[in-house]
Amino acid sequence: MNVATLPGPHDIARRVLPNGIAALARENPHAPSVVITGLLNAGSIFDPPDRAGLAAFAAAALLRGTFQRDFAAIHELLESNGASLTIGGGLHSASFSGKSLAEDLPLLLDLLSDSLRNPSFEPAQVERLRGEIVTGLKIREQDTRYVAGRAFRALAYSDGHPYGRPMGGTPESVAAITRDDLVAFHRHYYDPRGMIVVVVGAVAPEEALDAVERALADWTADAAPAPLPVPGAPRLDRTRTEFVAMPGKSQADLVLGVPGPSRFAPEWYAANLANHILGVFGMYGRIGAEVRERRGLAYYSYSRLDGGPGPGPWRVIAGVNPAHVEQTIAAIRAEIRRFLDAGPTSQELVDSKANFIGRLPLQLEDNEGIAGAILSMERYGLGLDYLQRYASLIDAVSEADVLDAARRYLDPDRYALAVAGPALPGDGEEGV
Amino acid sequence: MTGRTTQVTRYVLDNGLTILLKEVHTAPVASWWVLYRVGSRNERTGQTGISHWVEHMLFKGTPRFPAGTLDEAIERVGGVWNAQTSFDYTAYFETLPAQHIGLALEIEADRMQNALFDPAEVEAERTVIISERQGSENSPTFWLHEETRAAAFRVHPYHHPIIGDMADLRTITRDELYAHYQTYYAPNNAVAVAVGAFDSAELLRQIEALYSAIPRRPDPPPVTRTEPPQQGERTVRVERPGNASYIYLAYRAPEAAHPDWIRLAVVDSILAGASAPGGDSIGNRTSRLYRALVETELAAGVGGGLYPSVDPYLFSIMVTVRDGRTPEEVQDALDREIARVSAGEVSQAELDKAKKQARALFAYGTESVTGQAFWLAFAENFAGYSWYEDYLSRLDAVTLDEVQDAAARYLRRSQRTVGWFIPVDEGDPPRSAS
Repeated sequence: MNVATLPGPHDIARRVLPNGIAALARENPHAPSVVITGLLNAGSIFDPPDRAGLAAFAAAALLRGTFQRDFAAIHELLESNGASLTIGGGLHSASFSGKSLAEDLPLLLDLLSDSLRNPSFEPAQVERLRGEIVTGLKIREQDTRYVAGRAFRALAYSDGHPYGRPMGGTPESVAAITRDDLVAFHRHYYDPRGMIVVVVGAVAPEEALDAVERALADWTADAAPAPLPVPGAPRLDRTRTEFVAMPGKSQADLVLGVPGPSRFAPEWYAANLANHILGVFGMYGRIGAEVRERRGLAYYSYSRLDGGPGPGPWRVIAGVNPAHVEQTIAAIRAEIRRFLDAGPTSQELVDSKANFIGRLPLQLEDNEGIAGAILSMERYGLGLDYLQRYASLIDAVSEADVLDAARRYLDPDRYALAVAGPALPGDGEEGV
Repeated sequence: MTGRTTQVTRYVLDNGLTILLKEVHTAPVASWWVLYRVGSRNERTGQTGISHWVEHMLFKGTPRFPAGTLDEAIERVGGVWNAQTSFDYTAYFETLPAQHIGLALEIEADRMQNALFDPAEVEAERTVIISERQGSENSPTFWLHEETRAAAFRVHPYHHPIIGDMADLRTITRDELYAHYQTYYAPNNAVAVAVGAFDSAELLRQIEALYSAIPRRPDPPPVTRTEPPQQGERTVRVERPGNASYIYLAYRAPEAAHPDWIRLAVVDSILAGASAPGGDSIGNRTSRLYRALVETELAAGVGGGLYPSVDPYLFSIMVTVRDGRTPEEVQDALDREIARVSAGEVSQAELDKAKKQARALFAYGTESVTGQAFWLAFAENFAGYSWYEDYLSRLDAVTLDEVQDAAARYLRRSQRTVGWFIPVDEGDPPRSAS
């Protein structure tokens, strides 16, 4: 691979506006389209404890009307031009992404700016949206994967850690959110400081940055920006388990894991390689080979490392027949134990490193892929030459580094485990 | 990188293998697809789900590439591979850094003829596939779609779910799977497509070297069970545990090669939101049904679907009933809105908007070689690849009269199946113990 052709300092333009917005752009002339993506520090970790779901509700309300454009006008503008724009609440950030034909970039940025800065939170729209959110949450209550994931978070991040709360809230917490709560959350957290905007597509980089500047440079915030709280999460002192019985289900979902490293952790690359060997490489790594391929216990069984600005989870996820839950848990724990005892083989590490480096061309094939990579460079301070340095960062990780990183977080005898599904055959009322 | 893109070139080898090549030099990647003209459409009762199961078995090894070795070979070069089984086809693909495209050609040539179907692997996969079906059964809408489709098709095999009926998944044998493979996995029943950064002449030489010696097989049996005309509206109710009601409305629709198909695609766009082959979706908040159902707070969401199929299939509308509302009141509003369109209330402005949206969506779809290769193979199967290449020009030629006429002929109550999902309490409410 010729690293000089990867996006880098030679073709990514970066400009920090006086109001604190970091804008980045790269040209991709091959299709007549453009994408924008980015984020602001307005995620659900800022939800007050009794208002779970507030950040997500606020983000979803932004495109429901501004002081200049009502709901119909916003969406007519987008859809009649074949464009799309979404804003959604995440854990740390509210993030946005949009797509249009290249000539409509100013329109897209103007709508983004208007909706981030001037949402009207019109009462009828707030109520309409509330009903849609509550319906969606009730539907998710029937989704075993969602229910298991939510229970896992509550177990892995206890004692009021914001990661332990359901990001979208609950039907009850969303019902309690008032329009005033939305207005106050928006006033407090939607702020250009810390905001990132990335533009990739058939637009010259400097021209793209000028367009961002025209749309957003005059946004100034009144309040001091909220500090970004990223609380740590201690290692679990004991195993915590929960079984949620869901009548009428055919399959059980289980999530077993621990709080993991943040994207800023020095051992990030080693942990990421450990995770890849354990539950990703080939058909879901060692865990998939054992649980799905060798034993045929599950349709899927894989591991995942979230990273992010804080201690995101490192977990194994499996969808299994209820009769196989116990066997699957035992097999997953055995694979974790085996990994922590002996670490990766040298061939496994060579293979996973080859994948990490070799997959860059596919990841950077389209505008979305390039924009996502540039957003990460800015968000995590990786530098514009990150993709040029990437292969040497991966190559430098040793087998001992991988084993150390796994041992630092994983433990086959101390973990959080949640299972959601039909009552287990032969199982007592206390669950697993 | 030059950004150069060529037209599609089509070749047919002596053994009947159809090959489509399109150079796209925008990124150093290439995608290789082999599509077999077999899916749930070709299955008979007692063997439903067999095409999908055969697809799984093609990942279980050949003498040359034992199970698991290819997952690793692909990942080592930074590629991806996967497969999908649908009503009309089973398709396999690899997308790789362009210099590794030869690996994809070798894998697909090998498993076109040499898949093992090891009995122990067949049994292990039986559990996995039953688990896959159970995972789908966890979703209320899976049951609704399955039951509604079964009611809409009494004779044609579109009646059956692609995943298969549980009874068949328990009883299909290794020999039946192998016979299905031998019947349908033949060069004369396949379409192979490459899109990406390669030289067509050089790639064609590599393809010929690997594929031209694969023997032609007898032509597979044709699908003869044509669905008879529908004699009136059909209704289905699914009653299961759940927290929301859904309505799934399915009108009989023409096959993709029929001239009415694209006219109905415009009706779909106006009613339920824009879509175009290969493109991302954009929002549907200015569509007729969003305005009539979601803005009025009757529904939490609505979407439409017109699937390009070999035989006549369905135009469907899916509505999530808003919490606190009833399916009856949503159905009434839905029927009123559809009646307006079938009565001819469609404007030139709406037609123009549908065309502009399709152009944008099509442009988005050309960013990825994987998506383009899929659509060429998919379209070649149901109508010839030019169906995809000419999509925008055919859409551009659609007139308002044609749209109004198609709406009036296809959106008839007697030609639809109405499915409702009604949540009911069953057993204990969710409980928790730790």
